[in-house]
Amino acid sequence: MSDRVESSPADSSPLTAPVALDVVIPTRTELFLGFFKVTMTGFGGVLSFARREFVLVRRWMSSDEFSDLFALCQFLPGPNIVNFGIIYGWRLYKFAGAAIALTGLLGPPVLLMILAGELYGRYGTMPVFRGGLTGLAAAAAGLLIATAVQMSEPLVRRERLAQAAVALAAFVTVGIMQWSIVWVLLALAPVSIGIAWRSAAIAGRGQP
Amino acid sequence: MKDDFGTYLALALLFTVLSFLSIGGAISALPEIHRQAVDISHWMTDREFVDLVAIAQAAPGPNVLFVTLIGQHVAGIPGALIATFFMCGPACVVAFFIARAFDRFKEKRWRIAVQAGLVPLSIGLVASVALIIARSADHDWKTMLITAATFALTYWTRISPLYALGAATALGVSGFL
Repeated sequence: MSDRVESSPADSSPLTAPVALDVVIPTRTELFLGFFKVTMTGFGGVLSFARREFVLVRRWMSSDEFSDLFALCQFLPGPNIVNFGIIYGWRLYKFAGAAIALTGLLGPPVLLMILAGELYGRYGTMPVFRGGLTGLAAAAAGLLIATAVQMSEPLVRRERLAQAAVALAAFVTVGIMQWSIVWVLLALAPVSIGIAWRSAAIAGRGQP
Repeated sequence: MKDDFGTYLALALLFTVLSFLSIGGAISALPEIHRQAVDISHWMTDREFVDLVAIAQAAPGPNVLFVTLIGQHVAGIPGALIATFFMCGPACVVAFFIARAFDRFKEKRWRIAVQAGLVPLSIGLVASVALIIARSADHDWKTMLITAATFALTYWTRISPLYALGAATALGVSGFL
């Protein structure tokens, strides 16, 4: 994580952070179009698409700034990219900015989903749709397995055995035994955060 | 399909709770939605649930929007809007106010520990999602082969997984599966 924000005035938060001189400040229309493009081209999660569009193509923010803001949005409750739109939009145009970013981000794909849902409800049982969905679901399973493997690689590579054990416990209880995530998270989150707290102390990254 | 007030309320409540528990992305909430929608409330069959998730994977937009399809299947367009709103709204309002105070705890050790501590849970939950979908989608050697091929393409190449999703759908439409 970069230390950009620390060099800004003491009263700054992600919502009021001053905009750097070397970036482009989008107009309200551009704000809408930017989020619209990211959401409509973003398949299987929009993170990589958002980074490309906002940092490289439109130059709304530096790469560090993007990473900082996105890390915050992952930490906060709620869908990451939705938080991202609200915070960035607010920073530019307060309530209107947040509303514009959200509309661009969620409006078009929600309409598309509703349309897809209507089609599924009407034609989902027709043989040709059944066949297509059988293939699509099998491919989606492969995509999800790849995501899970990719996510767990850092733990295995760095031999974070305790963290790997927590991940395995979550998988066994939720995936195999089908327990409610409410109880699993209540039980495992303190353990996992405790492990991270200790390794942060060993790494000497945090403040006491 | 039940579209009474009780169903709306149940959807709103479920997604409000889950929006706060979806660690590292909305997809983490999928096992719980599956449990509620298929096993407990019997809103849909396992097959329908997996179909809807697969459609959402192939559609553009943030991956939180699979809840739009689930909501719609349960209670029509109002259900779609309720699911989407409550999966995003309450948690994002809380997130907004935390972000406001963010500079006060940005470098604090507990925040770093919380963030790092949630990663293994998020991995376990995404693996659970993969299992739930695979268990239902892979019922013979052909579908297993498609899953394996999509995994290989996504994991070992930089080719967009959309091609795999498209090809698998085409195979299915042509009657191969």
